[in-house]
Amino acid sequence: MKPRSKRLLLVAGAVALLVGAVALVLNAFQQNLVFFHTPTEVAEGKAPVGRAFRIGGMVETGSIRRAADGVTVQFAITDTAKVIPVSYKGSLPDLFSEGKGAVVQGTLGPDGQFQASEVLAKHDENYMPPEAQHAVDQAKKAAQTVAQ
Amino acid sequence: MIPELGHFSLILALVLALVQAIVPMIGASRNRIALMAVGRPAAQGQFLAIAFAFGCLTWAFVTSDFSLQLAAVNSHTDTPLIYKITGVWGNHEGSLLLWALSLSLWTVAVTVFSRNLPDAFMARVLGVLGWISAGFLSFTLVTSNPFDRLLPAVAQGRDLNPLLQDAGMIIHPPLLYMGYVGFSVAFAFAIAALLSGRMDAAWARWSRPWTTVAWVFLTAGIAVGSGWAYYELGWGGWWFWDPVENASFMPWLLGTALIHSLAVTEKRGAFRSWTILLAISAFSLSLLGTFLVRSGVITSVHAFATDPRRGLFILALLVVVIGVSLTLFAWRAPKLSGGGSFGLVSRDATLLGNNVLLAVATGSVLLGTLYPLFLDALNLGKISVGPPYFEAVFVPLMTPVVVLMVLGPFVRWKGDGLGRVLRPLLPVMVASIAIGLGVAFAVGHVTVRTVLGLVLASWVLLGSAQLLASRFAERRGASAAAVLRGIPAAWWGMWLAHAGIGIFIIGATMAGSLHERLDVKMQPGQTAQLAGYTFTFRGVADAPGPNYDAARATIDVARSGIPVATLQPEKRFYVAQQMPMTEASIDIGPFRDVYVNLGDRLDDGSWVVGLFYKPFISWVWLGCLLMAVGGVFAASDRRYRRLAEREVPAGAARRTT
Repeated sequence: MKPRSKRLLLVAGAVALLVGAVALVLNAFQQNLVFFHTPTEVAEGKAPVGRAFRIGGMVETGSIRRAADGVTVQFAITDTAKVIPVSYKGSLPDLFSEGKGAVVQGTLGPDGQFQASEVLAKHDENYMPPEAQHAVDQAKKAAQTVAQ
Repeated sequence: MIPELGHFSLILALVLALVQAIVPMIGASRNRIALMAVGRPAAQGQFLAIAFAFGCLTWAFVTSDFSLQLAAVNSHTDTPLIYKITGVWGNHEGSLLLWALSLSLWTVAVTVFSRNLPDAFMARVLGVLGWISAGFLSFTLVTSNPFDRLLPAVAQGRDLNPLLQDAGMIIHPPLLYMGYVGFSVAFAFAIAALLSGRMDAAWARWSRPWTTVAWVFLTAGIAVGSGWAYYELGWGGWWFWDPVENASFMPWLLGTALIHSLAVTEKRGAFRSWTILLAISAFSLSLLGTFLVRSGVITSVHAFATDPRRGLFILALLVVVIGVSLTLFAWRAPKLSGGGSFGLVSRDATLLGNNVLLAVATGSVLLGTLYPLFLDALNLGKISVGPPYFEAVFVPLMTPVVVLMVLGPFVRWKGDGLGRVLRPLLPVMVASIAIGLGVAFAVGHVTVRTVLGLVLASWVLLGSAQLLASRFAERRGASAAAVLRGIPAAWWGMWLAHAGIGIFIIGATMAGSLHERLDVKMQPGQTAQLAGYTFTFRGVADAPGPNYDAARATIDVARSGIPVATLQPEKRFYVAQQMPMTEASIDIGPFRDVYVNLGDRLDDGSWVVGLFYKPFISWVWLGCLLMAVGGVFAASDRRYRRLAEREVPAGAARRTT
């Protein structure tokens, strides 16, 4: 093979690899991006149905209930404006408790109940998950706009 | 008084770092031996100053001096001594000091072990390291002074975050930082090479052992961190594709590419500009990692309270480092010739293929890690990119890497015949496909992922066995001992590290595909079944610790009526931090882990218990261990020392301008 055609082959190979990688990344992005919604957005019907997304906010005080099996937990997550009921089966993070920030990932059922597959709380008692903080800030901002 | 001494010592270290950054550089460009010689003592003095400052900080922690802000927030009189010490770096300020300490340690190591480098080259290496150190020390002193006083002092400290009060956290941060920071040496060598215009095989040979040792530390650091997440976070996972994990994984991927690219540059003089670019990128990603972890810009399972303002400083540092080094690269790289040519079937080509694939894989991880940040910064919405994305992209990209990885050592440099290469490998190929499919059927889990993982693992392990066999075949007639003795350490290093990948793939595949989990409510005397094991809940007793209260459950594990283990998971409550903590209990076995954690207590007196069955999980860390040991072998090869000595008198690359 001539050096020129060899170089051409190498370049073609590299381009093919890059195109393949980009296709792979875009496809994976398409399928696996998880969007974040505040409880208000969910209540307004802006969240997708049948696709996983995240909700952040505070765990409403007095809302945690355990089913008879002891493992399924019901609680509500709020941004102080709207409240979304959540159901989750499994062990909860150590720092999950009422009145504290949390982020849940899962899908919204037709009954308006959020089926969580994952519950995230933080490693540090004083630290609020940014998404939870964001949801509360948004709700407060909206409330101020209405008040004016 | 002692914290003030530490503070003063740190300022002294900054001054010495600036001396080390400026004077030898001037000396190298003007060819003044006297100025160049300043670098070595400045670096060593700087190390002593930082070590002294670190000692002062440690002293404040050990003696519970709560007039020191950092100790008051991160320590407690009841904290066990070992966690008082590790509390020094279990926080932002202290971990930066650890960063600076490990940088100065690496610098001193260079001054001690690379004595044979030409003076001008050494001066430039020390100069570059001096600039990095000056950047980090000023960052520490200006934005994150660990020696800030708290006046009036408080009577009691707030204690270290309970998650960090763990054996894994004693060694994880130092190992990881030694790895991260170690790439600064490869970076400094690359920049010095660009500055001096000397970018030849000798440069690659000097740089190789340093890069390998840094890679060993990073490998070990990541493995220990992953082990910590496995047993301490209490969900039995070992890798979450979390931004902070990715932050350490990206330099590892590029570092792996760099090690192999350096090999080509040393042996064949090829890939020179690519190697330099990799050295710059690997260190830039280390800085990016520091930025991601320390700035608090990301939502992460590891995001401890952080301060965004500080992020700006590291970001600026990152921009300067990348900007300056890439400008220098753009200016100098065109002078580099391509090096030796090679055929499509050659070791050079397999290494090139793997280098490109590793770089692309790093890019895909980088994209997944940073994309949510960009969207958020541009106010385009909040998203998260989870493990499914990374798995969907990473596995297909790594599959050809693993295939080529086995081929590489069989192929000759420069050019080879495809037939000659494939002859010993065809049986390996057939056998690994048969084993992969057979095992997947046998364990009843025939999915693409499982079969692919098992085939690749068999390919690597059988390929490694075949490679060793071919060493014997080459020296037919020699005794086994003679053949083994004749193999250089670097070859063993490669062999072990590659076999480690095979072991790792087995662990990741089996644990990923066949793990089982059950969350169940249990009362004393009740039993539960999982994966053929019977778990009997014996009840819960109080088990107070030095700085926490705990409820400790006793759970007997049996298989077919034969007792296997008694596990005692705990639910701890750390008094000072008012923080609950789950402490899992694990029966570790060669072929499976049985993992139990204790959840909440319910009103009727029963407890929620998490039961996990994790087949082959310890192979994940065994694989990492083999890779790290392989790295140690590779770096210890006599060749580096011998050749360095022979090369040096001829090291006439001192610029005469």
